[in-house]
Amino acid sequence: MSQATQDTAIRTGRVTRALIYVVLILFSLFYLLPLYVMLSNSVKPLEEITGGGMMNLPQVFTLEPWIKAWSSAQIGVEPTGLRPYFWNSIKMVVPAVIVSTILGALNGYVLTKWRFKYDTILFGLMLFACFIPFQIVLIPMARMLGLMGLAGTTWGLALVHVVYGIGFTTLYFRNYYAVFPTELIRAAQIDGAGFFQIFWRILLPSSGPIAVVSIIWQFTNIWNDFLFGASFADANSQPMTVALNNLVQSSTGVKEYNVHFAGAILAAMPTLLVYIVAGRYFVRGLMAGSVKG
Amino acid sequence: MGFLDIDNATKSYGAVEVLHKVDISVQEGEFLVLVGPSGCGKSTLLNMIAGLEEITSGEIRIKDQVMNGVHPSNRNIAMVFQSYALYPNMTVGQNITFGLEMHGVPKPERDKAMHEVATLLQIEQLLDRKPGQLSGGQRQRVAMGRALVREPDVFLFDEPLSNLDAKLRVDMRTEIKKLHQNLGTTIVYVTHDQIEAMTLSSRIAVMNGGYVQQLGTPQEIYDTPANIFVATFMGSPAMNVMPAKVAMLNGRPHAEVATHDGSMAQLPFSQDNLAAWDGRDILLGIRPETITDMDGADRKSSNIAQMTNRIVVTEPAGSDTFVSMQLGGRDVIARMRSDAEVAAGQDFDFAVNMEKAVAFDPESEMRIVP
Repeated sequence: MSQATQDTAIRTGRVTRALIYVVLILFSLFYLLPLYVMLSNSVKPLEEITGGGMMNLPQVFTLEPWIKAWSSAQIGVEPTGLRPYFWNSIKMVVPAVIVSTILGALNGYVLTKWRFKYDTILFGLMLFACFIPFQIVLIPMARMLGLMGLAGTTWGLALVHVVYGIGFTTLYFRNYYAVFPTELIRAAQIDGAGFFQIFWRILLPSSGPIAVVSIIWQFTNIWNDFLFGASFADANSQPMTVALNNLVQSSTGVKEYNVHFAGAILAAMPTLLVYIVAGRYFVRGLMAGSVKG
Repeated sequence: MGFLDIDNATKSYGAVEVLHKVDISVQEGEFLVLVGPSGCGKSTLLNMIAGLEEITSGEIRIKDQVMNGVHPSNRNIAMVFQSYALYPNMTVGQNITFGLEMHGVPKPERDKAMHEVATLLQIEQLLDRKPGQLSGGQRQRVAMGRALVREPDVFLFDEPLSNLDAKLRVDMRTEIKKLHQNLGTTIVYVTHDQIEAMTLSSRIAVMNGGYVQQLGTPQEIYDTPANIFVATFMGSPAMNVMPAKVAMLNGRPHAEVATHDGSMAQLPFSQDNLAAWDGRDILLGIRPETITDMDGADRKSSNIAQMTNRIVVTEPAGSDTFVSMQLGGRDVIARMRSDAEVAAGQDFDFAVNMEKAVAFDPESEMRIVP
C-alpha cells in the first residue's frame, strides 16, 4: 500500500516543494490567528486592548483576567465567575455521556446479535434522532421535563442530551458490532454466559475504539450545546456555554475583553483536552469496520 | 434408542423448509460426519443440535432427554467453530475455563481441569497468551481445549479444519482422530470435505438440498452409494458415471458402453438382478481406481473385464497416474499405478473391476439395488 503511494506520488522538485511548504505554513498561521488573539489578549491588562493593541503581544503579563473569569466576573446578577457553571456542565456532561454511550452499546448489541422481526425498521427510526433539528423538539421537551418534575435542573438537561445522543451512539455501536463475529456470541452462549454476561465479558472489552468515538462525540456535542442549555436550565443549572454568553453579553459597565477571552478559552478547554488525549483513537475508531482488514 | 437421537427434525424459515425430516440416531462413542455441499443444511442441523437454532418440528434427544427448547448451555454439549471463536480479550487459559466459570465451578477445580486439558493438547506454554498471538494450528488446539474441558456428552465440530492450510489440516485431522480414539467421545462433525468425512467418521450422513441422501459407514457410502449424488460427491476424483445399456450375453447381464470410436465395450455385471433391465438404458458408475492396466488389476476380484479404448490425456501425479478417455460419450478418468506405461493417443487395454461397478436408474438416479 505504502509502496504504491510512493510510486504514484507526483515527483516534485526542490522549488515546488518549498512553495508548497510556504503556502501550508501561511495557511496554518491564518488558522492559528484566532487562537493567538485569544491567548495573548487574555493575559493583558484591559488598557492594552482598549488602547488599540489587539494584535500586539502583551507588554505586561497578567493572569488577573483568568482568575476574574473563573471566580469573580459578573454572570447575570451574581459575581460568581464561571466556576459554578463549569461544574454544572461537568455534572450534566459526565452522566449524559456515560449513560448515552452504554445505552448505545446495548442497542447496538441487541440490534446486531439478538435480531428480531422489524429490527432494521426500528434502527431506521432511531436514526431519525440524528437528523431531527433541535428547534423542533424544544417545546415538547420542555413539556415532558415539566411533567417529570425535571424542568430547570441539571438532571433534566442530562436527560435531554441522553435522549438526543442515543441515535448517534446506537448508530456507532450497531455498525461496529455488525462486523463483530457472531460465532463468538454463540460460543459464549454454549459456555453458559447470559445476555449481560456476554455483553460485559465478551463484547465491551473489544469495543475500545468505538467507545472512544462515542465518548468524544457525545462529550463535545453536549459540552458545546447552547440551545438546550439556554432553553431548559434555570439560573442555578446553566451550563458553561450559557454562562459564557451571559458574561460576554452583559450590558452594564465596561466591556472587559481580556476577561471575555479568558472565559472563552476556559469554556473551550475541556473539549480541546478530550480531543488531544483521545483524538488518535477517534479516527481509528471511525475507520474500524469501514475497511476490511 | 441412541445416545443422540435426531427424530424427524425439520427446520423452516417462514414458508421455506430447509431441512426435511432428518432422522439420525447416534450411538455413544460414535463419530458421525455430516457432509454435503454448501447450503445443504448440515450446519443448520448442527446448530439445531447445539440449540443455537430452534427446531421447527420433530425432536432432538440427548441421552433420552428431549432437548427442544433447552438452552445451549444446559445441553451438556461443546462446540468447536470454524473461526475457532476464541474470545480475543481473554488469555488462552481464560478462554478454556470461561465455560466452567459460567457454570459456577470454583477456581481451583477450573485451574486443575485447565492444566489437564492443556497437557493433553500440549498447549501449556500458551496459557498466558492472547488468541491474537497464536498461529492457526495453536488456535485450533485452544478451541478444542475449550470444548474438552467441559467433559460434554456430545462434541460438535463445525468445519474446524477449513481455515488451516493444507498440510496442517492433514496433521490436525489425524490429531482429532487420535483424540476420538483415546477419549471415546461422541462427536458430530460437519464438513464439506469428503476426504475428512471418509477418514474421520465411523458413520457418514451425506446431505444435499436439506435431505439426508444416505447414512452409513464410510465403506457403505463409498462402495454402495444410494444415488448418483452420493456416488459423485464422495471420492476424488469423482466416480465416473456414464450412459450404458444392459444386454444379456451368455445368460449374464452386461453393460454395453460406447468407446471412443463408437464400438461397444461389453462389461459383464456381477449383479444377476440386472437381468431384469435387459435392453434398457442405465447409468453405469465406475470408480477411477477400478479402471487400471491389466497388470494393475485387483487380483482378488472375480470379475475383471477387458476393454480397449484410446487414451486422451495422461496426468502423472507422483503416486498415481490419471488417464482420461472417452466412454459412453463422457470423459472418464482411470487411476493407475504411476509406473503404468501409458501415453496419450495410444489404444490401450484397460482392466475394469466390474465387481465394484454400480448401476443407477437414469430416471430416479437411485442405485439399482441387487
